[in-house]
Amino acid sequence: MRTLPEPIAVRELKSDVKPIWCAGCGDYGVLNAVLKALSDLRTDPASVVIASGIGCSGRFPAFVSTYGFHGVHGRVLPLATGIKLANPELTVLAVGGDGDAFSIGAGHLPHAARRNVDITYIVMDNEIYGLTKGQPSPTSPLGMKRKASPYGTTDEPINSVAMVLCYGASFVARGFSSRPRELAEIVKRGLQHEGFSYIEVISPCVTFHDTYGLYKELTTPLPESHDPSDRTAAVMLALETGVKHLGVFYEDARSSHHAQIERLREKSGGEFSLEDVMARFYR
Amino acid sequence: MPKNDIVIRIGGESGEGIVTIGEVFVRIAAFSGLEVYTFRTFPAEILGGHVIFQARIADRPVLSQGDEIEVLVSLNQEGYDNHIGELNAGGVVIYDSNRVQPAGGGDDHVLCPIPVSDLARGMGFTRGANLVMIGAMIQLLGLPLGKADQVVTRRLGHHEDLLSRNLEALGLGHSYARQQVTQRLPAYLEPPTEGAGQRLVMTGNQALALGAIAAGCRFFAGYPITPATDLMEFLAKELPRVNGALVQAEDEIAAINMIIGASFAGAPAMTATSGPGLALMIEALGLSSMAEIPIVVVDVQRAGPSTGMPTKTAQGDLYLSFYAGNDEPPRFVIAPSSVEDCFYQMINAFNMAESYQMPVIVLSDQALAPRVETCPPFALDQVRLWKRQMAEPGAGNSFERYSVTRTGVSPMTTPGTGGGQYIAEGLEHDEKGNPDDSPQMHETMTEKRWRKVDSARHDVFSLDNAVEEWGDRDAAIGIIGWGSSLGPVKEAIVRAQAAGYRVAALFPKILFPMPDVRISRFIKGRRVIIIPELNMLGQLGRVVEHRYTHQIVRNAVDIISLNKYQGLPFRPVEIFDEIVQVTQALTRRAKMAPAQKVGQPSLRY
Repeated sequence: MRTLPEPIAVRELKSDVKPIWCAGCGDYGVLNAVLKALSDLRTDPASVVIASGIGCSGRFPAFVSTYGFHGVHGRVLPLATGIKLANPELTVLAVGGDGDAFSIGAGHLPHAARRNVDITYIVMDNEIYGLTKGQPSPTSPLGMKRKASPYGTTDEPINSVAMVLCYGASFVARGFSSRPRELAEIVKRGLQHEGFSYIEVISPCVTFHDTYGLYKELTTPLPESHDPSDRTAAVMLALETGVKHLGVFYEDARSSHHAQIERLREKSGGEFSLEDVMARFYR
Repeated sequence: MPKNDIVIRIGGESGEGIVTIGEVFVRIAAFSGLEVYTFRTFPAEILGGHVIFQARIADRPVLSQGDEIEVLVSLNQEGYDNHIGELNAGGVVIYDSNRVQPAGGGDDHVLCPIPVSDLARGMGFTRGANLVMIGAMIQLLGLPLGKADQVVTRRLGHHEDLLSRNLEALGLGHSYARQQVTQRLPAYLEPPTEGAGQRLVMTGNQALALGAIAAGCRFFAGYPITPATDLMEFLAKELPRVNGALVQAEDEIAAINMIIGASFAGAPAMTATSGPGLALMIEALGLSSMAEIPIVVVDVQRAGPSTGMPTKTAQGDLYLSFYAGNDEPPRFVIAPSSVEDCFYQMINAFNMAESYQMPVIVLSDQALAPRVETCPPFALDQVRLWKRQMAEPGAGNSFERYSVTRTGVSPMTTPGTGGGQYIAEGLEHDEKGNPDDSPQMHETMTEKRWRKVDSARHDVFSLDNAVEEWGDRDAAIGIIGWGSSLGPVKEAIVRAQAAGYRVAALFPKILFPMPDVRISRFIKGRRVIIIPELNMLGQLGRVVEHRYTHQIVRNAVDIISLNKYQGLPFRPVEIFDEIVQVTQALTRRAKMAPAQKVGQPSLRY
C-alpha cells in the first residue's frame, strides 16, 4: 500500500461528482466508511483503483478521487484481478451490489476467493434490484412480492457470508451501513489483509425495500469469544438464523495470488531472450 | 528425376501413433533441408476416433496441403481401406504387411510391404513399431538416415535407454526396406546436399504466441477451447519468464474482463479463444471500445454454429468480428494468412491496439493454428513497437482522460500516476470520464471513438504487410480473399498463369479498417472478382458488395463468391477450376450478349 506522510482529508478524497443515490440510501454510509478508511490509512489516492460493476452501487467509483473503472454487469472481480496482477503495487477495491455479486457475476466469486486475489470486495447488499426499480434479487426474502413477482418469490435467499466462507476466502466480514464507524474499521482491516477480503455490507434501499428497522433489530456484534482463525465456527455463526452477526468472521494469512505468480516467475527462471525461444524452432 | 513435391497421408485411429510418425517424419524432412506443410484432422474423442495426418514436402516453399495424395502410409487394415480410394493412380502404399491385406485395388498402386509388427517384435520392442515404420519411410522416400538419427536423438535425448532402442528400431526399418524394396519409387525426395538456409519449423499458434511476446504482451487470461488452447500453453511457459502473468480464467467472460483490467493498469494484454468463446466476449469487447482500453483477442475459427465442429476449419467469424455488439463499438480486425504471417500480424495487432486504445480481433483458423510450416526466421530486429500515447497530468483534479482530439486518440494515464486519476467508464461519459448522456456528448464521443478508425485507415496501410497484392495487374479476373486461404490461392494462380490464364489477387491482412483505396482500385480494372471463403454466405463478399457498390456497378464488375463449408480448407485445384470456368464464361460472353452474367449469382440469405 502506497501511503502519504500526511493523511488526505475525507472531503478531499471525494470527487466533484455528486452521488446519484436516493436520500437515505445505505450506500452513502459505505462511501463514507471507505473514504474514512482510505484517509485513516494515509493511502495515496493515485495508487488506489476502485472497480465496479452495474447497479446503484456501480456508480461508487465516480464519487471518489482515486482511479476507477466502471465496467460491465457482474464482472468486477475479473476486472479487479487483472488490475491487481498487472500492478501489485496498487490498492484495489472492488465494489458492487447483490445482483452483481450473487446473480450475474456469481460464477467469479469462488475463483477470486480460491486464487486469493489481493483485493477488497465490498458487496452492498440491499436485497433488491434498485436501479431497475425493484425486482427481487438473489438475497430477497422468500415470498417477496414485487412487479416481477406478483405472487411472491419462490427462491431461497443466498447467505453470502456462509457461501464465501465455504469458497475458502481468506478474509470474510459483515458490516452495516448504519454503523459507518465500525464499517470503516472492517474496511481498514480488509485493505490491510493481503489476500481476498470479502465484506458483505447490509445497505438498505429506502425506495424499494426498506430494511433499516429490521436490521437494527437483527444485527449484533460477533461474540467476543469468536476466534477468527476458526473457519468452522465462522460458518456456524454465519448459518445462525434470526440474527445477523457483524464483524470479521474469518481471517487467515495464506499467500496471495500475486505472490504466487511472483513465485512462478522465479521457478520459470533464467535469462529470457526472444532469439533463444525462436531458436528452439530452428530445424 | 526426384519429384521433390509430394503429399504423404497417414490415416487411422487416434492413439496409434499416427501423429507421432507424421511429426517425426516431417521434422526429418525439414532437417534434411526440405520445406514442409502439414494438414491434420483431429478426432472428436480424446482417445480413439479417426485422424488424418498429411504432409506436403517439397524443395521449394509450400503454400498449401496440395490436391492429391502420392504416398499412403497404413498401419492397419482400416487405415488402408479408408484412404486407398483417395490415393493417386500409380501412388505408393507403405504398409505394415502383418496387419494390412491390400485389396484388389492394390493393382493400381506400387506396394511396399514392411512387416513392421514382426520386426519390432523380433527385437523385443513392440512399442518401437512406429520407429521401424519411419525407418522404412525415409529409406523408400529418399531421406538420409543420419538426419533421422539426429531428429530422434533430439526428441528422446533425455531418455538414454529409450533412445538407443528407438534408434535401433529406426535402423531396422531402414535396412529392411533397403534390402527388400529395390525398385525406385515413382514418388521420392532428394534433399539439397547443401545451401539449405536456416528455417523455422513452427505452427500457427506458436507463431502467434511468439509474436505476442515480441509485441510486448505481458498479460494473458484465457479459457481452454479447441483449437486455441496450445497458444495459452505456450504463453504459460514463457510469460512468467518476461515478468508477465497468465491466468487460466473460470470462463471466457472472466478472461476478457481480466485482460481489460490488466491493460488499464498498464500491461499490454491479450486472450485467445475460438468462435463460441468470442461470442461470450462480445459485451466486454464493447467495454474495451467504450472505455478505450487496448486489448488483443485471437479467434482461432472453427466450423459450425453452437459447438459445431471443434476440430474442423472455417472462416465463419468475419461477421461476428466486424459487427457483433450492442450499438456500434469500433474495433479492428486482422487476419494472418500463414504461419510466418501470424508472427508479423500479431505485432500489427498489438501496435494498433496500443496506439489507438482499441480492441483488435485476430482471426486465425483451425487449419492454420496446428499446422507445421517451414518459414524463414522472424526478423526480430525489424520489429517496431507503437506505444500508448501517455499524458503528463498537471496538478489538481483536471485531467481529461477522454479529451476530444483531431485523431480521436486521447493521451491516457496508468493508475499509480499522481494527478492522472480518472474513471475508465463504460457509460457514455464526458472528457473527464464522468457519466454524461446528453445528446451532444453522445454525438461528440461517438464520433471521437470512430475517428480513431479513420486515423488508423490513414496510418496503417503504409505498412508493407497490411495488404498483399500480386498477379497480372491488368487481368480481367481478380481474386479477393482473406486469412489462410492465401496459400491455395497463390498456388492456383501459379498454375493458372502457367496454363496461360491471367489473374490478379488481393488479400487484406488488416481487414478492418478496410484498405478502401487499394480495394477500389483493384475492383475498377476487373470484369470479375472471385471471393473464395470457407463459409456459406460469402461474408467478405457481402461486405465488399456493400462497401464498393459504386465501383462494382459503375464498372459492371461481377462479384462471384466461391464458398466451401465442409470443415476443410481450400485445395488449390478448387480455385484453379474456378479461374478456368470464369475465363471461359468471359470468352463466351464476349461472343454473346454483353450484359449476360458470368456464373451463378451469389447466394443471398
